[in-house]
Amino acid sequence: MTSARDEILARIRAATADLPADPVEIPRSYLPHAPGIELHDREAVLALFAERLEEYGATVHRAGTADLASALAAALPAGRVVVPEGFPAAWLREWTGEAVPDHPPLPHAELDSLDAVLTTCAAGVADSGTLVLDAGPGQGRRAATLLPDLHVCVVRATQVVSSIPEVMARLDPRRPLTWISGPSATADIEMIRVPGVHGPRRLTVLLVADSS
Amino acid sequence: MSRTFVGWPAFPEAAVAATSDEQLRANVTRATGTIRAKRARLVAERPDWEDLRDSAAALKNDVLAHLDSYLLQVEQKVTAAGGAVHWARDAAEANRIVTDLVRATGEREIVKVKSMLTEEIGLDNALEEVGISARETDLAAAIVQLGDDLPSHVVVPALHRNRAEIRDIFVREMGRHGRPAPEGLTDDPPQLAEAARLHMREKFLKAKVAVSGANFLVAETGTAVVVESEGNGRMCLTLADTLISLVGIEKIVPRWQDLEVFLQLLARNATGERMAPYTTTWTGVIPGDGPQTFHLVLVDNGRTRALADEVGRQALRCIRCGACMNICPVYERTGGQAYGSVYPGPIGAILNPLLKGPDDPQTASLPYASSLCGACNDVCPVRIRFTDVLLELRHQVAEGDAKVKHPAEKAALRAVGAVMDHPAAWNAAVRAAGKAGPLVPKNRLPGPLGGWTDSRRTPDIPKESFRAWWKRTEGGSR
Ligand code: SF4
Repeated sequence: MTSARDEILARIRAATADLPADPVEIPRSYLPHAPGIELHDREAVLALFAERLEEYGATVHRAGTADLASALAAALPAGRVVVPEGFPAAWLREWTGEAVPDHPPLPHAELDSLDAVLTTCAAGVADSGTLVLDAGPGQGRRAATLLPDLHVCVVRATQVVSSIPEVMARLDPRRPLTWISGPSATADIEMIRVPGVHGPRRLTVLLVADSS
Repeated sequence: MSRTFVGWPAFPEAAVAATSDEQLRANVTRATGTIRAKRARLVAERPDWEDLRDSAAALKNDVLAHLDSYLLQVEQKVTAAGGAVHWARDAAEANRIVTDLVRATGEREIVKVKSMLTEEIGLDNALEEVGISARETDLAAAIVQLGDDLPSHVVVPALHRNRAEIRDIFVREMGRHGRPAPEGLTDDPPQLAEAARLHMREKFLKAKVAVSGANFLVAETGTAVVVESEGNGRMCLTLADTLISLVGIEKIVPRWQDLEVFLQLLARNATGERMAPYTTTWTGVIPGDGPQTFHLVLVDNGRTRALADEVGRQALRCIRCGACMNICPVYERTGGQAYGSVYPGPIGAILNPLLKGPDDPQTASLPYASSLCGACNDVCPVRIRFTDVLLELRHQVAEGDAKVKHPAEKAALRAVGAVMDHPAAWNAAVRAAGKAGPLVPKNRLPGPLGGWTDSRRTPDIPKESFRAWWKRTEGGSR
């Protein structure tokens, strides 16, 4: 008896017998960078990143490395916040809430009851207003950035690129990636955008200028 | 048992019923009008839009031409990353694989991420037959499921419902499937979204098994991609112990880098956003993060049939953005359900006969469910030439082995004629098609297509372009 796998492959080969065996040539004339931004104009890239995130309902604060601890203290709620392993402890010195470690992994119900999650990220994309998390140090596993209602994310300026094509090479597809473009939203009711359905309802981004 | 499109009337009959439903037409017109405006603004923002479309179409052509080797690559990569790969020839086989996998877990209620493929194969009903309740978690899909309704759009399946109808469905049905709607629920959209949040949260925290589709599957790496807005996708893909993803064999993109093309096209063209709020990508099983058991089910279900059609195979490039239905004057007047399939609008008019064969009155009528205005050609991000495929399929229905011939054609054309009974619309449509190429001759279509022009007077080519007319009249509503 032929397996489904072999039969499907055979059907495919028969169906495409008329097509040439060479790979199809792929035109790549689309822009490698965000339209309208000079590649070396870092300030323009960062300004666009903030603008695009805010347009979809995220809150963005800019800070220097010197005032990051106070900016974080201002952005975080006073309650219990899950802080993944690898998040720089020094940044929390001015915040008075309770940092809850996710180690050993917290049960989902516990994550659900926390006031916020605080993470770093792997990259930012200005053109689309996107944060990418790859579960690396300071980012934690995916459930932790999903269940609490507020996600506060620290993005270093050097992590922000202007466009999606630029970010692809920075990411490792073997890691679990979460691309976040503003807080969760739906337009399923009369095409009216309503923020906050199942994911975090609020997203706060701290964009940190690199000192050196 | 949920409703299905099985036994649905052919397009002409369904269209007549749909166009006489004033509420439905108003809901559809408002929704498509809103999305069209958002899309137009966001597409205008990309000076390289046409270049992105060229790349996307070429990438998908490459995938289709070498689908066998790309699928084998996916299988190898996913397996190496700790996932299990299954192959399903048709809907029955896919449903059997999934029901067996879910049964093996012993779970009785599972959660689902909206997936066109699972709708196409009727998975929810197959699971229900063995006593497993599969709950939709996307707001629109949940509105359809709770309302015992059928989807009418690929991106916004409940687009034909307004807020008052949604409120009534929530109040009536939520309590039967878990947490009831809050007391005093109004039809305010934020309140409705909150009711869905509370109802679903309970399910996400309990669910051990999740079922999803995928928007893309990267051959080079075995990475699956789900694009969504609400976070219900993330909940299912992240919190369950076992994840079962069903993916049509055409969903592949060759390389990781190629996602840059599709991620820039999809949300912009689908909902008029630069990116949807959430995109999740994962490769096999990731120790310590997310489901520790991952099954990938690769589904044919007619796709190889479509692939064998030299003209029609381009329909398999579709990335399900929904733009063709949002722009279609016939869809706007009939709504999606008239097409009798989870794939409505222009893509449904070509994909269904290609997948299933044009041998029954329902699929045979679909290539005629179009005015051939060509507006869909212009918005499709993967450059599907709908008008070419529609004409080829009409030819197959009229001249081929199809058991259903002219009666279906005549009736469907009458229905489209009635739907399009608006001289300005018709003129503008012909004008657009005329502009697009020698598709619609001025007076009479040659040879086997003659029947099409026989059944109606072909008006003169008008001066105004289709899109100019569409814009001026707000889609013919003025
Ligand atoms: S056929 Fe093209 S426009 Fe229509 S849903 Fe598919 S990709 Fe989008």
